[in-house]
Amino acid sequence: MSYELIGISVLWLFLYGYLIVASVDFGAGFFAYYARMTKKDHLINQLISRYLSPVWEVTNVFFVFFFVGLVGFFPDMAYYFGQTLLIPGSIAIVLLAIRGSFYAFENYGSKDNSLYMFLYGATGLLIPASLSTALTISEGGYINETSEGVQLLFGKLLSSPYSWSVVFLAIVSVLYISAMFLTYYANRAGDKPALEILRKYALFWSSPTIIASLTTFIALSQQNMDHFQRAIELWWVFGISVAFFMIAVFLVYQGKYYGWAFIAVMIQFFIAFFGYGASHLPYLLYPYVTITSGVTNESMAIALVIVFIAGLLLLIPSLILLMRLFLFDADYVKGKK
Amino acid sequence: MFGFETVELSRALTAMTLLFHAIFATLGVGVPVLVSIAELIGIKKKDPHYTLLARRWTRGYTITVAVGVVTGTAIGLQLSLVWPSFMQLAGNVIALPLFMETFAFFFEAIFLGIYLYTWDRFKKPIYHWLLSIPVVIGGTLSAFFITTVNSFMNTPQGFEMEDGRFTAVDPLAAMFNPATPTKVFHVISSSYLTAAAVLAGIAAFIILVKKGSLYHKKALKLTVMMTFLFAILTAVAGDLSAKFLAEYQPEKLAAGEWHFETEEGADLVVFGTLNENNEVENAIRIPNALSFLAHGDFNAEVEGLNETPEEERPPLWIHYMFDLMVSIGFYTLGISLLFLIFWKMKKWNEYNPLLLWGIVATGPLTMLAIEFGWIYAEVGRQPWILRGFMTVAEGATTSPYVFSMFILFAAVYLVLGMGCLITLRKIFKGKPAELELEHRYPQTAAASKEGDA
Repeated sequence: MSYELIGISVLWLFLYGYLIVASVDFGAGFFAYYARMTKKDHLINQLISRYLSPVWEVTNVFFVFFFVGLVGFFPDMAYYFGQTLLIPGSIAIVLLAIRGSFYAFENYGSKDNSLYMFLYGATGLLIPASLSTALTISEGGYINETSEGVQLLFGKLLSSPYSWSVVFLAIVSVLYISAMFLTYYANRAGDKPALEILRKYALFWSSPTIIASLTTFIALSQQNMDHFQRAIELWWVFGISVAFFMIAVFLVYQGKYYGWAFIAVMIQFFIAFFGYGASHLPYLLYPYVTITSGVTNESMAIALVIVFIAGLLLLIPSLILLMRLFLFDADYVKGKK
Repeated sequence: MFGFETVELSRALTAMTLLFHAIFATLGVGVPVLVSIAELIGIKKKDPHYTLLARRWTRGYTITVAVGVVTGTAIGLQLSLVWPSFMQLAGNVIALPLFMETFAFFFEAIFLGIYLYTWDRFKKPIYHWLLSIPVVIGGTLSAFFITTVNSFMNTPQGFEMEDGRFTAVDPLAAMFNPATPTKVFHVISSSYLTAAAVLAGIAAFIILVKKGSLYHKKALKLTVMMTFLFAILTAVAGDLSAKFLAEYQPEKLAAGEWHFETEEGADLVVFGTLNENNEVENAIRIPNALSFLAHGDFNAEVEGLNETPEEERPPLWIHYMFDLMVSIGFYTLGISLLFLIFWKMKKWNEYNPLLLWGIVATGPLTMLAIEFGWIYAEVGRQPWILRGFMTVAEGATTSPYVFSMFILFAAVYLVLGMGCLITLRKIFKGKPAELELEHRYPQTAAASKEGDA
């Protein structure tokens, strides 16, 4: 495998990791606020905060990892995305800043501040929307290169059905993934009332998720026909993803095997995400940057791959330790520790 | 004209983000060291005072770390958003340390989460202390890697330049460039120093204003001792940095010192003003000291600023940044030494209010010194973003929206700063250490009350 392919796979893996852990976090913020508004917070908010407290920082790192790696492996992307994304990128930073710090302020400082909870819940939906802009513009057609530099065509971005369907997909998937995870976590904690609410959330958000996936697919055919064609060639990949979606929803509907259900959700998104990524290639940013044109020089790419492997050897045991202490430790989940 | 304004605004935006981040990054690197030391002493001496100290420091640290994480994310993204041409070029060479920095950060984040939520989970307290080691290592390694990137921008090497692109890249040579050793040493030692001084300042303040108990006195002694040790390290690092500058970036040292003519036995100029003809007035001159600072020899030749082409000279006001940084360093070294002497001399009272107020001042002063030092280091390499290869103007974005983003971020940092202060106040207000001691360790609390009386 060529090193640029290794590079993009590594980055994609981290973006996928971010997608899962951040979705749980973003959705949880929304559900916590929603539960507060509907006076059900006494049922689920303890559970949510027990999960989030030790991991919120780790979530952020997945994201930092992705964009630092992207600039490292493909410095040209820094130029094109940097020039065009100043505003959406800055908005995303501001939302992340509000979210991260206010989580800490509320959790370690003043408990039960409604304003903090609102900001935490609202940013959880706005961040996926603003971050998905980067994926949207990578399809091409939203930027313009002149001798003056590169500009983002805001009007086109805001009036495009494709960009809005991506935003919608991002938001509903966040709520779906998060509800599915929290259902599992509530079951693990043996928390019946929480389980009942979260199960309802999970089932509720499943249909918009699959509908949004389909509409995004159709909108893609209008935005970037080549990409759409390549995706059609990989139809069986997306078919498998839909099958795992059905397994997950069926299991939750039956009210059994919540752990397996969440694994099915993870596989569903893993396959769809990699299918999307594979059909996106060879372009990273259509039509300006391809995977071979934008790649860094060879010695740096090799160094990055080596460091990446060494880093994983350090990170994986640490992450397992983190999960064993806070995710799979039944006593902790139940709130006894 | 328009492009020029964008460059100035881009510089201002980056400067604001970095100066704000520096406060939290410095604490982020330094405080875990103090926490780890306090917890270890608590375990070794079986003295819950120190354990409680570690616990309470950690509680405040969580808040500052949160702001550090989010502003760090901001600067990470802003690098590409505000300086896209620079990142496109330099990304080929600095990707490795940037990538490793995120690994270190990841490592720290994981163990900080574990450390925070496992205080009472282990039978043997030493297991919990062990968890602080990866936090310290992760924080310090982060500082190390990110400082190598900044060092590279000061003394670029490890590549060849062909048609405006870097070729023949050697990532390790770029990382371990001439500026790396002194910069890393100076950044890490001064972060430890500042964290110790801030915590010492807090302890001294509480003793002065709220009388303080045995707990605060122990905290003060520990932190002042650490301040003294780290101040010595920082002074050594600073001296090595000056010698590095004299050899590799003479224009930065010359501008910082207002040293215009190349000469042997150069004087050190302390403070003062410049008149229209760039002549130094009202300054204290220490004969031959600059030669010694630059080369370790009182009669050595020091290159003057006149050797540097006019358009490549940094602004002359950085002289004040340099002098303020150094003065604060020596003040902190002096006052912490004074406290230690008073403490060891049986007849003298180390809790003399004047002395304590002096220690209170070291907290904010060392933090200011960090900012002054960074301003000196960064403005001192103007007009370059990559010294000798790319000017700041060539690296900036062409986007017309930088001004709005500047306003946006200024508002965000204001909110974050206020939120941080308010939250810290809420955490500690009305929850004095004595109460917590009584609650967690009733026996020690009773004993220390007798001790106080």
